[in-house]
Amino acid sequence: MKGHAFRIVAIWLVLTVIAVPLVVLVLGPHLPPGRFSVEAKDQTSANTVLTALLMPIVLLVLVFFGYSLVAFRHRGPAIEDGPPIRGHGPTQLTWVLATGAIVTALAVWGSYTLVETARGAGGGQGPSPTDLPKGHSPRLNIQVIAQQWEWTFRFPSYGGFETRQLALPVHQLVEFHVTSLDITHSFWAYRLGVKADAVPGVDNVAFVTARKTGSFTIRCAELCGLWHGHMYRTGYVMSRSDFNTWVAQQRKADAANLKDLGPYRRSYYPQPFHRAG
Amino acid sequence: MTSAAFERERRPLWQGVIGFNLLSALVLGIGGFFLGTWIGGQIAVGHDYLLGTNQNDVGLFMGYLFGTIGWLAGLGFFNYPLARMAGRPPSHRHHEFAGIGRYFRLCTDHKVVGIQYFFGVGIFFFIGGLNAMLMRTELLRPVEHPFPAGQYISLVSLHGTMMIMMTSAFIVGPFANFLVPLMIGSRRLAFPRIESLTFWLTPLSGLVLMSAIARGGLPTGWTGYAPLADQARAGMDAYIFAFILIGISLTLLGMNLLTTIVTMRAPGLTWARLPIFVWGILSTAILMALAAPVLVAAQLMTVMDRAANTGYYLASQGGSPYLYENLWWFFGHPEVYILALPGFGIVLEILPVFARKPLWGYRLAVAGMLGVTLLSFMVWQHHLFVSGMNSSLRPFYMFTTELISIPTGFIFLNGMGTLWRGRIRFSVPMLFALAFFFNFLIGGLSGIFLSDVASDVTTHGSYFVMAHFHYTIMGGLVFAFFAGTYYWLPKMLGFALNERLAKIHFWLMFVFFNLTFFPLFAAGFLGMPRRVSTYAPGLQGLNDFVSASAFVLGFSMLVFIANLVYSLVFARVPAVENPWESKGLEWQLPTPVPVLDFERIPVFNTTPYEYGVPGAPPVATLAPGAVAAAGR
Amino acid sequence: MTLGKRLLGVVLGLAVGSALIAYYIVSYLMATPPVVAATGTAPSVRLTLQTVASFGHQPHTDWVSYLAKNPVGKWVHSTVLRVPAHSLVKMTIYQFDTATGLRNPFWGRPEGVVGGTITVDGKRLDELNPDLASHTFAIPDLGVTVPLKGVPDNAKNQCSVAPCTLAEAHTTITFAFRTGKRGKFRWQCFVPCAAGFILGFGGPMQTLGWMDGTLEVV
Repeated sequence: MKGHAFRIVAIWLVLTVIAVPLVVLVLGPHLPPGRFSVEAKDQTSANTVLTALLMPIVLLVLVFFGYSLVAFRHRGPAIEDGPPIRGHGPTQLTWVLATGAIVTALAVWGSYTLVETARGAGGGQGPSPTDLPKGHSPRLNIQVIAQQWEWTFRFPSYGGFETRQLALPVHQLVEFHVTSLDITHSFWAYRLGVKADAVPGVDNVAFVTARKTGSFTIRCAELCGLWHGHMYRTGYVMSRSDFNTWVAQQRKADAANLKDLGPYRRSYYPQPFHRAG
Repeated sequence: MTSAAFERERRPLWQGVIGFNLLSALVLGIGGFFLGTWIGGQIAVGHDYLLGTNQNDVGLFMGYLFGTIGWLAGLGFFNYPLARMAGRPPSHRHHEFAGIGRYFRLCTDHKVVGIQYFFGVGIFFFIGGLNAMLMRTELLRPVEHPFPAGQYISLVSLHGTMMIMMTSAFIVGPFANFLVPLMIGSRRLAFPRIESLTFWLTPLSGLVLMSAIARGGLPTGWTGYAPLADQARAGMDAYIFAFILIGISLTLLGMNLLTTIVTMRAPGLTWARLPIFVWGILSTAILMALAAPVLVAAQLMTVMDRAANTGYYLASQGGSPYLYENLWWFFGHPEVYILALPGFGIVLEILPVFARKPLWGYRLAVAGMLGVTLLSFMVWQHHLFVSGMNSSLRPFYMFTTELISIPTGFIFLNGMGTLWRGRIRFSVPMLFALAFFFNFLIGGLSGIFLSDVASDVTTHGSYFVMAHFHYTIMGGLVFAFFAGTYYWLPKMLGFALNERLAKIHFWLMFVFFNLTFFPLFAAGFLGMPRRVSTYAPGLQGLNDFVSASAFVLGFSMLVFIANLVYSLVFARVPAVENPWESKGLEWQLPTPVPVLDFERIPVFNTTPYEYGVPGAPPVATLAPGAVAAAGR
Repeated sequence: MTLGKRLLGVVLGLAVGSALIAYYIVSYLMATPPVVAATGTAPSVRLTLQTVASFGHQPHTDWVSYLAKNPVGKWVHSTVLRVPAHSLVKMTIYQFDTATGLRNPFWGRPEGVVGGTITVDGKRLDELNPDLASHTFAIPDLGVTVPLKGVPDNAKNQCSVAPCTLAEAHTTITFAFRTGKRGKFRWQCFVPCAAGFILGFGGPMQTLGWMDGTLEVV
């Protein structure tokens, strides 16, 4: 019996020692969503830690099963019984304690990073976010308005103009306010690592700071009807000066209907449609 | 009362066709539907929302309601209550048919109900699978082809809804109904007529759901999120009503099983000797009885929003979509454990038989199942991490969700311990049970990603979630279903299944299941959202590979059907009484199982896992009076 | 039962099942409205559409709808339009419905059109008062959005059965946009004009062939 246990543990150790560094060093940098923004980077580290942690667990179970299916295979025609082992207290206790410890450590680490270091990791936090950015860097508020089936964006700090394109300045803490005009959508900017549900009547706040210039895809991540799959756009992260130019252009283009847009509000209760008759 | 004393009447064929059976149910159901639609039309005439929409939700719901009443009346469910009201004495079984007719009727024999479930639910499972094949056809190209956008979303919704509705009953239906009484030494469930009712509501709800096709389909996915559900076309009403029926069926089945297991165990069957499959069913029954009513409540509010101008889920009228999301997931999360727990029960029941060792860590397994049951009510907000929920609650739900992996992990320890130093035989049920562990390992661990909030921001609403739940539900439950089928069908139906076809089915299904769903983790990580018919062109290669594998996976299901047809219709090889040399009580009974199951109620001696124990008594004494007399 | 009878039963069952499946796929899943091609050839084509307040025929008598004029001059109940790539598309829309109002006034500004403006009843329009919009014609992936002005509520001779004729009360909107490379693009209305449906976006607003369509650029 000691032979079996020893062999299983040995195989497992060897595979773990190979696999975990591979995951962390080789796979890790390629894990989504990448390092385009600070929040995306935090998500990527979380994904890397989880993959690295789960690797030994997967390997242990797979090695055990694989070994057992080969070593304890029944041979010969006559059916014979195995030894009547009903359990082993120390093994069970060890397992309970080990899994309990791993899970608790994961939960503590996950909560700590979420609240303290990752400022919500780009996820929507509702109208009163508690996972806040540290320090007092100035924030750029951008409102994301979801409607069936298109995204529009309003910039309250620049007079509240509305646009169909999204642009952000690089290295700037952006506070997204995601809301919807009709039903539930979800604003997912993949490379930015932002995902926040757009719920009518609700102001869902998510923080992001982009680290590089470039483009990112915006998709809707909550089924919202016929053209749900078509609610995608490309957003841009620009340098500060390019962003200012862009803002000026958009303000000019939107000047005509600014008065019709109405004042910027945290959420816009959709008008109930008057039923016919 | 012995089996010999109980004779069923044999009646001529024409008397079988006319009477309280499926045909009458269909006829009265359709008639009731038209009556209800007319009544609803009278109620709703002049309402302003009829104008413009050309759909009468009130009429449709009334139609489905009266259709249900007609369906149940046609099957004869009102006969007993009305007879009792008229003063007739109480009884459980009378005027029941012999022969194949009893499978198309209200039958209080739990074995018949089990087989009814197997075929009656199975057909809808395969319809759901067909929808999945069609979905993968659409996803061969990153643009909408060949199905337009609206139809694709309907396809997705119908697939998901059909699968969840039907797989909720897929294991519990056939196996719990057939086997729980046999395993606990009872002749029936606590409430046999209700047991039959829970079955007959299921194909009805499948038919109601399919009627959504005629009404513009279903745009919300299986989750039915309001307010999209409020603005959807009339097909949504079909979904809502079908889910309400299933919710009622689940609640009743849960209460029935719970009562049976708690109160009707034969003498000598202590909790410590209860087969692990029955523990799995017990845990599932608790979840069904407690969670399914919440589903009905959530759907009823959507009904009122759609038909009665209320604003439960409409922000503009003071309601909130969050109400739906929370009620839904409060049901939805226990629902997925309703799907997983019977699977645990089956594989832990099967493993000792084919490793020829007792179940290792029995108490730990029970603790695992009960732990999952308890914790499953405390985790539901992990579906809502980025929805704008109160963000200070997120660490709590992250913790509870990660905590639930501990009892789930016990099942793995049990499996590993049972295999340790066993004498493993690779029969087809064993292959499926082992594949369960492989699939659920991947599925369960991918759940850890989703339970961490930061990682969930990457993967929520993407194909990663899809891969996770297909690995746990399909890789778990459906594989366990096939394990149970190949294991128990010879006992249930009395015919052996062809082993070669079974092994072809297994290998095709296992290999191509993994080839289909493992790449979807990558698709989700690469940013493909769920429920879309268009995707980034760069993902086409991945999707084509997945679709091709899915087609082979679907083909493996056809192999299974071919096996069933061949074995049951053509080959008809009678099954040996105990082909697996199992020590379970159900295997000590003759095949086919007699009408009254046991000549006398047995007395239990031990657990059914006494492998390798020299001189172990049988799990139960089948003729206790004779033994007692001899031993005196 | 003999082997022959069993075989027959199985074959019959398979046949019925296959027929049902084929019917489901062909007549429900793959059902799309017919394609209406633009009039003329590249590099300049014309498309004429109309929006009606109520279709007036089965299957949905009271639903709002778009119709398209095919090259022969007949009004077709379809929203699947075909135009050539790299061309100028001159669009005329006859708008027969009364105003509902824009939920998001942003769509009152025409975008993606040649010259940046549209012509409504012969007059240039840079920005439509959101309360006056009856529908919009928008191809979001091409950046085209055009608000369609509504007929006054008290106008005489309003149309209620499609296809509507120019004798009935209407507004005429004309504009032009350019197509680029080939592809299939969705187009839709942004006004919550689906009467009776909650939030005005159900029914015709979510059904291909009524207020949503695809533009095939070939």
